[in-house]
Amino acid sequence: MISRFTRMGVKYGVEWWILVIGAVVILGVIAMALFAGSIAPYDPHDQNTGPQLAPPSSAHLMGTDNLQRDVFSRIIFGARTILGVAILAAIISSLVGISMGLISGYAGGGFDKALSLIIDSVYSFPGLILAITFAAMLGPGIISITFAVAVIYIPTYFRLVRGQTLTIKEELYVEAARAIGAPGRTILWQYIFPNVIATTVVVFTMNVGDAIMIEAALTYLGLGLPPSVVDWGMDLAMGKKFLPSGHWWLITFPGTMISLLALGFTMLGEGLAEILNPRLLER
Amino acid sequence: MKNLLRYVITRTLLTIPMLFILLTIVFVVVRIMPGDPVSSMLGGHAPQKVIDKKKEELGLNRPLIVQYGSYLLQICRLDLGDSMIFKQKVMDAIGDKLPATIELTFFGMLITLVVGVPLGAYAADKRRSAQDYGIRLYGIVIYCIPVYWLGLMLQMIFGIWLDIFPIAGRTGGHVFASTFEQTGFYVLDTLLMRDFSAFGDVLVHLVLPSVTLGLTLSGIFIRLTRANMLDVLKADYILAAEARGIGHRRVVYKHGLLNAFVPILTMMGLQVALLMAGALLTETTFSWPGIGRLLLERIYQRDYPTIQGVIVIFAIIVALVSLVVDIIYALIDPRVRY
Amino acid sequence: MHSNILEIEDLHVHFPIHIGTVRAVENVTMTIPQGDVMGLVGESGCGKSTLGFSILRLLRPPGEFAGGQIRYHGRDILQMNTKEVLDLRGKRIAMIFQDPLTSLNPLFRVGDQFVEAIQTHENGVSKKEALQRAAATLERLGIAPDRLQEYPHQMSGGMRQRIMIGMALVLNPDLLIADEPTTSLDVIVEAQFLDLLNELRKQFNLTILLISHNLGIVAQMADRITVMYGGRVVESGGAAAVFAEPRHPYTQGLLASIPNIKLDQPQLRTMPGAPPDLVHPPPGCVFHPRCAYVEGICREQIPPAFKVGDHLTACWRYG
Repeated sequence: MISRFTRMGVKYGVEWWILVIGAVVILGVIAMALFAGSIAPYDPHDQNTGPQLAPPSSAHLMGTDNLQRDVFSRIIFGARTILGVAILAAIISSLVGISMGLISGYAGGGFDKALSLIIDSVYSFPGLILAITFAAMLGPGIISITFAVAVIYIPTYFRLVRGQTLTIKEELYVEAARAIGAPGRTILWQYIFPNVIATTVVVFTMNVGDAIMIEAALTYLGLGLPPSVVDWGMDLAMGKKFLPSGHWWLITFPGTMISLLALGFTMLGEGLAEILNPRLLER
Repeated sequence: MKNLLRYVITRTLLTIPMLFILLTIVFVVVRIMPGDPVSSMLGGHAPQKVIDKKKEELGLNRPLIVQYGSYLLQICRLDLGDSMIFKQKVMDAIGDKLPATIELTFFGMLITLVVGVPLGAYAADKRRSAQDYGIRLYGIVIYCIPVYWLGLMLQMIFGIWLDIFPIAGRTGGHVFASTFEQTGFYVLDTLLMRDFSAFGDVLVHLVLPSVTLGLTLSGIFIRLTRANMLDVLKADYILAAEARGIGHRRVVYKHGLLNAFVPILTMMGLQVALLMAGALLTETTFSWPGIGRLLLERIYQRDYPTIQGVIVIFAIIVALVSLVVDIIYALIDPRVRY
Repeated sequence: MHSNILEIEDLHVHFPIHIGTVRAVENVTMTIPQGDVMGLVGESGCGKSTLGFSILRLLRPPGEFAGGQIRYHGRDILQMNTKEVLDLRGKRIAMIFQDPLTSLNPLFRVGDQFVEAIQTHENGVSKKEALQRAAATLERLGIAPDRLQEYPHQMSGGMRQRIMIGMALVLNPDLLIADEPTTSLDVIVEAQFLDLLNELRKQFNLTILLISHNLGIVAQMADRITVMYGGRVVESGGAAAVFAEPRHPYTQGLLASIPNIKLDQPQLRTMPGAPPDLVHPPPGCVFHPRCAYVEGICREQIPPAFKVGDHLTACWRYG
């Protein structure tokens, strides 16, 4: 196992180690989310864990907030919300985007042109502002925030998959399959889909990294979630109120965790991109 | 010249369907919300009669297709309707706040370009060296730091601990608002009034917000510049220029960077979306009175006409910027025009 | 006064990459007398272009010089400082490339590219003067001066190649390195171009290093020939002698593989095998895996250059 690990390191150089670091960070946060109950020293909602607004100490590793809650425990439980929303949103948008892209690219013609024009217009619009609008219109809640985040990535998958479908459709082996009478559905799923999967895996990983920052942005702006949910973005917004009085720990720890998790997914995506597709190596 | 003109006209015509689609999406999205906007605006307990009357005033009782038609017509007349909460035209509210956003994004973009393009070009020139890896690492890390958190940390360090820069607003208390009546761009206004102490105050207030916005986007520009420079530096004309005895630095940063800049510029059009999103978050963090903050305030107040109006303005800006970028592209690269 | 304009002695150029070191140029020695045209031939990847770029010290990273000398008028280019090398490039030694389409910067007018080259090497020349000199040079090449106002993409391939050569000659260099100058031109333009080059050679009193895989154009132009294979020189001498009596089996194979319409060849002759892996070159003679005359010693020892008649051949058959 170890020797195989280092062999990959020699073969792909720095890119391999970028991938490994990214994966380690992600697994760490996932473990934290799964075992939150047994790691966290306090209940994240417990409003009587110690003094108010206490700086980090051995009793409270990351200090306490204005409601006497333990910041460290809130960080641990908060991982559940952000990971859940970001990953679920990325799954939804990839499923929708990939199917739309496959169908549109395969069907071609006026339908494809019209759909592409619409999707391209959405793509050009700032994703965050679209998500803010959706979140504001749907009202607070886990479901609506997931939906608001999911919507803005559909164009990314659509454009990627449609482009590749258009190219692959013209390949000889697809032409041949069509010539012997394979139905459209078979061609789509057995010939075209397997070819687009490698790039979509890379995009999916990076997409989760981006979705993490968008989720936290929405909750930071106070749009996404009811106060009963533990969330890094909401903690950041609350910490902002105590920034002028110098309570640095309230913003430092949630922000570091958001950045670290986003960085983990981005590094994993970068590493995968270089290893799955050597043509991107010089990019 | 004739070719250029023809290009500009065709490109402008192509903007229209895109804008139309964006406006339609805005219309649909603002109307998908569950519940009744008028009832929630009036506090949720208003009698049905009052609600119906308000609806009639706002034209919300008409069929959707009629509402849609009058919405498009209004926009064509550059009118975005009236606020549901304040006695104010939406257009005026936006007009008040737009200069602040433009000022912020302008200086933010400036910092992005000044940081991102030279670092990206340098990394490409020294590819696979320690400097290259260092710059790329910076690019990835800065990309993953959310702009609002970067803003908060800069506020903490430079505003609270070191106490060098103000952390909120466009001006300090001692600068009178009467200085700012000409254009709304405070940097310009204070210069026009020759009020240099106010000018200094405005600049000091711009530092943290524009650095926050600029650094956040610099990662993407490092990446774009580096990738394009790597392609360009492989070109024969680079080698040919070196073979003519032109110094390496001049070859890389004049011949190379100018050629790499053409694709970077097209990418810049796409980054406008990120720039706006970043500006909105920066405005919230720094209490910067721009249209992003206006949007959020009106979302909290459920002022639907203003929400819709601000989003329409964002859509128009996106469409216009991509149009302008394409035209500049044609001006720089003679190959596009012919 | 040196009668040799360029003397390359025992040159080694290496490209260290992650799987090993590419030995692109090994132990190469070559002399070009003043006023001659030296033809440098070999198949792609044999190191001939790297040798050309080495003369201007234009190795792409990670390329490095691993030994030897390149003497220009008796001075070793490899020992010069950066400024001296920059003075050499363009002004003393000019180079033209394979693809005129991509060798001109697409964003600058042709005239501006002339001006930049002139002003780089001659301080205090105004833009107007520089443009006049460019126009004068173009006239000698039969190109209307108003072409200077155009962008490269507005011109045909042949025109651009002439512009390239004009830009190379505007500073009156005495050595011209032409790297596959006609590969991207069609046959008729190629013939015109070679006539032009012959004409210019007299007019400008040029020495030319003509790098090509095309033996036909080398035969038309060259006074002397150097044949490279696998980063090494396998045969060199007067052009007439090498063409009339090729000694090295590789040169013989190369000449035999030229299609000849005059001879009634039943079939085109090709050489078996593939060019060597320059990271792990075969032991002994680098050509031995493809050689029809291979003997025991060929697999063990690298052949030195043997003088046979009036030319040099690196082959054990003549040892």
